Amino acid sequence: MNIGVLLKQVPDTESRIKINGDANGIEDGDIKWIVNPYDEFAVEQALQVKSAVGGEVVIFSLGSSRTLDAARTALAMGADRAVILDDDGFAGSDSLGVAASLAKAAQEEGIELLFAGKQAIDDDAVQVPQIVGTLLEWPVATAISSYEQDGDSVTVKREVGGGQTEVIKVTLPAVFTADKGLNSPRYASLPGIMKAKSKPVKRYTADDLGVEAGADNAKVTTDGYHMPPPRPAGRILDGELGDQVKELVKLLRQEAKVL
Amino acid sequence: MNSPSAPAFPPFTPEHSALRQAVKDFCIKEIAPYSEEWDKEGIFPVELFKKAGEMGLLGIRVDPSWGGLGMDWWATTAYVEGLTYCENAGVAMALMVQSDMATPIIHEIGTEEQKDLFLKPAVAGDKIAALGISEPNAGSDVANLECRARKVGDEYVISGQKLWITNGTRADFITLGVRTGEDGFGGISLLTFPTDVKGYSIGRKLDKIGNLASDTAELFFDECRVPARFLLGQENMGFYHIMTNFQGERLVAALSAMAGMEKAVREAIQYGTERSAFGRPIGKFQVWRHRFAEHLTAIEAGRWLCYRAVDLEDRGQPATREITMAKLFCGDLAQRVMYDCMQFYGGFGYTTEYPVGRAWRDIRLLTVGGGTSEVMKEILVKMEGL
Repeated sequence: MNIGVLLKQVPDTESRIKINGDANGIEDGDIKWIVNPYDEFAVEQALQVKSAVGGEVVIFSLGSSRTLDAARTALAMGADRAVILDDDGFAGSDSLGVAASLAKAAQEEGIELLFAGKQAIDDDAVQVPQIVGTLLEWPVATAISSYEQDGDSVTVKREVGGGQTEVIKVTLPAVFTADKGLNSPRYASLPGIMKAKSKPVKRYTADDLGVEAGADNAKVTTDGYHMPPPRPAGRILDGELGDQVKELVKLLRQEAKVL
Repeated sequence: MNSPSAPAFPPFTPEHSALRQAVKDFCIKEIAPYSEEWDKEGIFPVELFKKAGEMGLLGIRVDPSWGGLGMDWWATTAYVEGLTYCENAGVAMALMVQSDMATPIIHEIGTEEQKDLFLKPAVAGDKIAALGISEPNAGSDVANLECRARKVGDEYVISGQKLWITNGTRADFITLGVRTGEDGFGGISLLTFPTDVKGYSIGRKLDKIGNLASDTAELFFDECRVPARFLLGQENMGFYHIMTNFQGERLVAALSAMAGMEKAVREAIQYGTERSAFGRPIGKFQVWRHRFAEHLTAIEAGRWLCYRAVDLEDRGQPATREITMAKLFCGDLAQRVMYDCMQFYGGFGYTTEYPVGRAWRDIRLLTVGGGTSEVMKEILVKMEGL
């Protein structure tokens, strides 16, 4: 079975994000780039499916040349090859443009099953895998916490809040997005890193795929970036305990507006 | 490491950087969270050797036919630098004893059988290795070790004891220094010693002031018989083999001191932006800014001395002088740097709440283990003809 994984390179959660001078993006000079953490669960699941049913695991990633580093990490974990969408024609794409490009690339590569992280931790848009599924006319199950495959029938579980679990049966081909807890992603071992060097990497341009992507085709435009307002200092209440409780309830209702 | 002073030295390829990062990730997830717990227990789970083996950490320079990666000394350098992120020098030491102190000599001069029985499972993390050289009356003074091996037929019969043996309480085999001949350095041999031999026993697990998660043992040998073919290299040439082996061990120790103190200084500088006293962040006081500027300068000098030694060793050039200097310089410097880092944290530094307390305690070993600073100076005295 040809198993695809949609993988995104994102800033390390420990990086300090600064907005660039033109306020149209972030400064990426000092940023350390990592594989989106949810995508690691997707890679692991794909590798587990491969070891159960055979086939190959193909990593799909759209981004600048450095995105190959993230793909190499997945190759070092055990994926077989990577497809990189690295071209000016993709720059400035919105979620639809990214999804259309990835969907086309997956089609070109004969992919029969797709995994992705439930969201990317940079922009948290939570859109691309769902749109990919829509464009491919495949069912999509999001934020899955368990995965069992029997032939072309897959049973997944989703944590839907309030301690409830939803169980869904899906027929392949399909798109699944991984939640934390789906599995324990393996490490990129040192022998894996050595092997990853010689694994094949294919590149597509927007023209190769014949897709409408890039800033010119984006339906969503970004007006600017700004930092969230700094958090105000905490307050410690004093006085009698009873008065403190009353004051706390009042503040929670009037200032924090959480009650 | 991601510090601004991380080297862009040509020998570090993207592959070396990926290796350093992989080791760092492994340490952050598999070791650092349990660092305090394992220190309290005085040991870490034996499964960690297997995990490290699966990660490929235990045979970086070992030929792939024995399960290693067949990489160079720069890969080992990246490994040692990445290991500092385990926040536990005891665990790091246990792994380095396995990967870089007890086994390289087997790789270098062992027979096929010895590699198959000892090296291969050590690289895989299936067997735990220890290096058995030191004794109560022969620490730095290796030439006077007393543990005796008599050749009887096609066996060696070993009697004596060893002390301060890392991984000693659970080693599956020991790269063992024994006396097979005359007094002095000309009568020493090395053996690969499997610990399931009759007459072998573990005495005390020693209480130490640092590296708490690592077991350090006293070992006894009472008429232990091993096949004569377990001799490592040539009989009575053991002193030379040990000295060769020490070069790698000391280089790894120097690198580990350098990387450890740099990490501590970087963390202290970060802490200095968060902690205020007398109305400003403590890192803004000139006395500390200057102190850290001095330390970063000295660490940078130490780094390039280490890298010079790595380069020589990697190219198979004589490196004893530079390795000895690197171990002396970085081991001694680390004491001053860690002292200041701990001082900088004030009362918090003296508690066990911050990693700096543990780092300060653990770093103390580095002027003692693998040959003391005084021994390093004696080696240099001889080499320089002083």
